[in-house]
Amino acid sequence: MQDWQKYLLALMVVVAIFAIPFFLNPSAKFGGADNAGTNAITAQQPDYKPWYTSWWTPPAETATMLFALQAAIGALIIGYFIGYEKARMDANEPLKKSKEN
Amino acid sequence: MHIMEGFLPPFWCALWYLLSLPIVAYGAWKISKLFKEHPEQKLVMAVSGAFIFVLSSLKLPSVTGSSSHPTGTGLSAILFGFSVTSVLATIVLIFQALLLAHGGITTLGADVFSMGIAGPFVGYYAFKLSRKFNLALPLSAFVAAVLADWTTYLVTSLQLALAFPGSGVMQAFTVFAGVFAITQIPIAIAEGILVWMFFDFLLKSRPKLLRQLIGEKDPANPSMN
Repeated sequence: MQDWQKYLLALMVVVAIFAIPFFLNPSAKFGGADNAGTNAITAQQPDYKPWYTSWWTPPAETATMLFALQAAIGALIIGYFIGYEKARMDANEPLKKSKEN
Repeated sequence: MHIMEGFLPPFWCALWYLLSLPIVAYGAWKISKLFKEHPEQKLVMAVSGAFIFVLSSLKLPSVTGSSSHPTGTGLSAILFGFSVTSVLATIVLIFQALLLAHGGITTLGADVFSMGIAGPFVGYYAFKLSRKFNLALPLSAFVAAVLADWTTYLVTSLQLALAFPGSGVMQAFTVFAGVFAITQIPIAIAEGILVWMFFDFLLKSRPKLLRQLIGEKDPANPSMN
């Protein structure tokens, strides 16, 4: 098996891991576990009052944008690295390259 | 694993800050030293940080019907150890606390401890142990990433159980782990697969640098390092 086939197969497994829950649990809301944790705190100790609140809470759309921005910054760096390495490896194998072209 | 702003009593906020601060400070010192002595490692460290950036921004659906996010700390833990990883995780957690109201500044110490220190600590030693048992390098990276992710959420559960023991820390731990532990299993495995892929790629593109980072000699070329 070639590398790209191996990686493609692995990516398909990853996608399946995140697609299967929707078939197993079609009616679930898929709320955040972090929020569920906060609810569990309140259930565990109902009289607890948070002693500090976030200085700023973005509107839902802005929060989505900022999460996407965070992912984009990371993906940009990873993509840059993979491209850089691919070109470097190709440059080190001029023979193989000339055969392919 | 983000504990929301204000949702830890001040005593516990202070305690986790005290435990995390020296390790993050040591990690920052180690990064500046690495950048001076091994500038060739900069790019790989940036990529390790980028993994944390991407993965911790994704809220992924899980079999339990709730969503949670991976931590992305496994790769950095294997390559640079847990103190450097704690610095990278702190950057992400501050970004999320200040701009996204996800996690918080009061709970930052606790969140850095679970995601940046405890998880990567277990991941680092899981990698070393897997190598002792002669697991292949990419497979060892998979094991490390899965355990770093999962440990993070178990430590969060423990942190919450200690702060909100109710009728007992053990009972409370079961409650909080019930929220996080099962949900996190498929997510941790998916994260492990991504790290396995990247590690496999890195082993081909930068075998020398990789072996230098993890402190192993190339079995095919023992004299090269």
